[in-house]
Amino acid sequence: MGIGTARGAWRRWAAIAAMLCLAGCAGRHDDTVVFWTFGPEGDAVARLLPDFERVHPDIRVEVQQLPLSAAHQKLLTAIAGGTTPDMAQLGNTWLPELVALHALAPLQQRVAGSATVAAPDYFASIWNTNVSGGRLYGVPWYADTRLLFYRSDLLRQAGFEAPPRDWAEWRRMLAALSHPGRKVYGILLPTNEYEQLLSLALQQPDPLLRDDDRYGNFESAGFKRALTFYVDTFRLRQAPMVTNVEVGNPWEEFGRGVYAFYLSGPWNIGEFRKRLPASQQAEWSTAPLPGPDGPGAGLAGGASLVLFRASKHQREAWMLIEYLSQPQVQRRFYELTGDLPPRRSSWDSPLLRDDAQARAFREQLERVKGTPAVPEWERIADMMQQVAARAVAGELTVDQAAAAMDRQADRILAKRRSLLDRAEARQ
Amino acid sequence: MNPRLAKALVNGLLLGGALVALFPLAWMLAVSFMPAGTSNALPPPLWPAHPTTGNYRQLFEHAGMWRYLLNSLLISAAITLLSLACNLLAGYAFAKLRFAGRARLFRMLLGLLVVPAQVAMLPLFLMFKYAGLVDSYAGVVLPGMATVLGIFLVRQYARGLPDELLEAARIDGAGELHIFVRIVLPLLRPVVATLAILTFLAAWNDFMWPLIELTGQGHYTLPLGLASMAREHTEGTEQMMAGSVLTVLPVLLLFLSMQRHYLDGLLMGSVKG
Amino acid sequence: MKTSRAAWLFLAPALAVLGVFFLIPVLGALALSFTDYDLYALADLHNLRFVALGNYWALLHRPVFWAALGHTFYFVAVGVPLSLAVSLGAALLLHSPLARGRAFFRTALFAPVVTTAVAMAVVWRYLFNTKYGWANHLLGMLGIHPVDWLGDPHWAMPTIILFAVWKNFGYNMIILLAGLQAIPVELYEAARIDGASAWRQFRHVSLPMLGPTLLMVAILTVSGYFQLFAEPYVMTEGGPLESTTSVLYLMYEDGFQWWNLGTAAAEAFLLFLVMFAVTAAMLRLSPGARSGEAA
Repeated sequence: MGIGTARGAWRRWAAIAAMLCLAGCAGRHDDTVVFWTFGPEGDAVARLLPDFERVHPDIRVEVQQLPLSAAHQKLLTAIAGGTTPDMAQLGNTWLPELVALHALAPLQQRVAGSATVAAPDYFASIWNTNVSGGRLYGVPWYADTRLLFYRSDLLRQAGFEAPPRDWAEWRRMLAALSHPGRKVYGILLPTNEYEQLLSLALQQPDPLLRDDDRYGNFESAGFKRALTFYVDTFRLRQAPMVTNVEVGNPWEEFGRGVYAFYLSGPWNIGEFRKRLPASQQAEWSTAPLPGPDGPGAGLAGGASLVLFRASKHQREAWMLIEYLSQPQVQRRFYELTGDLPPRRSSWDSPLLRDDAQARAFREQLERVKGTPAVPEWERIADMMQQVAARAVAGELTVDQAAAAMDRQADRILAKRRSLLDRAEARQ
Repeated sequence: MNPRLAKALVNGLLLGGALVALFPLAWMLAVSFMPAGTSNALPPPLWPAHPTTGNYRQLFEHAGMWRYLLNSLLISAAITLLSLACNLLAGYAFAKLRFAGRARLFRMLLGLLVVPAQVAMLPLFLMFKYAGLVDSYAGVVLPGMATVLGIFLVRQYARGLPDELLEAARIDGAGELHIFVRIVLPLLRPVVATLAILTFLAAWNDFMWPLIELTGQGHYTLPLGLASMAREHTEGTEQMMAGSVLTVLPVLLLFLSMQRHYLDGLLMGSVKG
Repeated sequence: MKTSRAAWLFLAPALAVLGVFFLIPVLGALALSFTDYDLYALADLHNLRFVALGNYWALLHRPVFWAALGHTFYFVAVGVPLSLAVSLGAALLLHSPLARGRAFFRTALFAPVVTTAVAMAVVWRYLFNTKYGWANHLLGMLGIHPVDWLGDPHWAMPTIILFAVWKNFGYNMIILLAGLQAIPVELYEAARIDGASAWRQFRHVSLPMLGPTLLMVAILTVSGYFQLFAEPYVMTEGGPLESTTSVLYLMYEDGFQWWNLGTAAAEAFLLFLVMFAVTAAMLRLSPGARSGEAA
């Protein structure tokens, strides 16, 4: 009986302790600016923070580095669950979605009163991706577009002195550089990433959605041309049918010459410089994306710094945003990550001007196009890639795939159509 | 069949089965001690040539494993303690306290077993969102505080307790709570141990609901942290194996030390009285 | 009177928890499935519309739902018999009087059950890696061409099935072993005296006596397998080409990736209905239920 009571008492105390713990742990620390980063940028910010904290000793910043693959989901979950951070790195294609959710704080006032953030200094098309419904919701942090990384030595060995300028040349080079028997391929196109197909699609004159973005436009001639080029690359065995999961370590494979081309973004400048040996650094370079008839457009990508409406530290977070927007800080950021500054004055230094690999990006940044600014865009792009992957696997022809994409896009946009119709009927 | 051959066959198959069952665990342990990058070689190594604790150090210093471990411990312990309290009380009540509608209420509870837990998860998330409890320990612990299976197990066991003992105490004027704490609980010790280990293991290994509810990395449990690393594809094989070892080892050790209780509970739960 | 009041007090915590955190949400899910709750509703509840059975109708017309249902059925139809066969085999081996070191083998064979599914799924993913995994290495030693286990849409689900069987067979093994141990020895004696071989003893003594236990174990395993989620989440992310997207994985994506909570709730309920129908059918079609109790 003694044991019984002792155990009972012990259990009671433990239960009380557990409850107290729960009560205490339900909240968050309330005196720091929480900054969500996705991908390698988090590391760079952590390195830039000491300087910021020296200038603003009263502001504490907690940088949370979150997985890139879960970025979209994490953001939406936080908004749905009411657990948003104070500020975040937000891919600009997701901005319309978060604006529709009333999650972001408008920034015009702050920008107007800022000495550091000067709107005209930014690349226009990049700045515009941050404007939704006439109001500004983000400050561009870095610009991004997808273009070709290539092994210049492999191209030279195959008889090509310069990277391709149009699709015909590109197809020729891919054919010459692919040896599927030896598991060597012209290009790596992970079948679960949509940015590559999207880049090709944006080079077409036809928009991706039609009728004020109410319906899919994937059955247009332009998109089918892009899809055909994409699917043919796999059919001709110039790219392996792998997802980014199976690839393992793409930098190693690129270094080993398994792929001659890699369609990717500027952060890989930093990654290749870091992960490839010094002896190989002269053997790779970048080039703007070839278009159907000459240099083509690219994805107007990049990320912005956004403030969340629910944040209680907007003033302090804004100071960090201003700090990160300073040209010299952006140049340091470029050194750390390879991410490109979105403002022209940041490019005004020998570091970037004379950077051979960054030059291709600078060129393409003048030719970028944005994706449809609808909240459903991420879902549509994801769906587009899933259908494209089935076409790549031979399950669907290009025409069937385009039709399937339109069918599903129309379904995804149904709510948007009904809301727009309701708004129009009221007028 | 030749009896010697039969015996060799039976034991050989058992040995083969044990090998298949244990190989992934052993391999996981071995790889976790291999230096980074060495396991991705042909032929795949079975044994670390140069064993190192580097992967573990990397996980603890850079990947925040301490946090995940602590969260798992905290949450599992809290769920175990609280659900023990609720389930013991309820199970005993169903077994030994007579009240109107007891049988029907119990059958209704059993009926709940048919519904998969995932159906409840979507609205539960919305409920916690409006209560401000998303991404909190409470959000994971509260739903786990009582389970139909736990109540069933306790009831099953408690039915075997001698009524005379309880009646005698009642005649002596003891209150029901007094009877429960002083007389019943000590007798229920075996099922308490069983329930404790079953609950702790289930809470430790739970995945889907914590995945939905614990949105911030600071609150991740070990399975969540591991899944997040797995889907991000940034950690190498060796580190992922070290992470798996850290996740699996505590419960494996716990199970080994309390095997009898665990297996008893398993069997009790499957025999409908 | 006093007893019954005490009873309700004793029951209160558990009932409160189950009521608030299970029953009410389940009813809430039903209600949710009749609305088109999505991102727009998340932003502004006025965007919510009541659509009655609209979500269910739309789901039944969506190829991806039928595909997910098909994949789940595939997993159940192949996984459950395989798992039960392995469990029964292991139980028979452990039960055999010829077995040595029974305690060790029982623990070893049961060990996978207590491991964390996520952790072991990660291990499995590396073991079945196309280039460096042990599975293909062993195949290579036998002279068989390597298989793209998790990258080939035809092999991904079988790989997950193999994992599920490995992970869970120990659980049913213990239950079946207890069932075997409960069979009176006299029945075997009688059969042996009648000249029955080991196989016939199994077919005519063990199997019928195990009948109810086998059925129960089958139903438990079937309902568990219908809830396939963690393995595709960790090993394949639903791919390749959505070949391992189960109904629950689809529900997770629709619900917590795209925030179409109305659709996701409908998916959860449809799964529940399917599970209910299948297990009810199993109960009805089982030999015990049809012809009365087994001997």
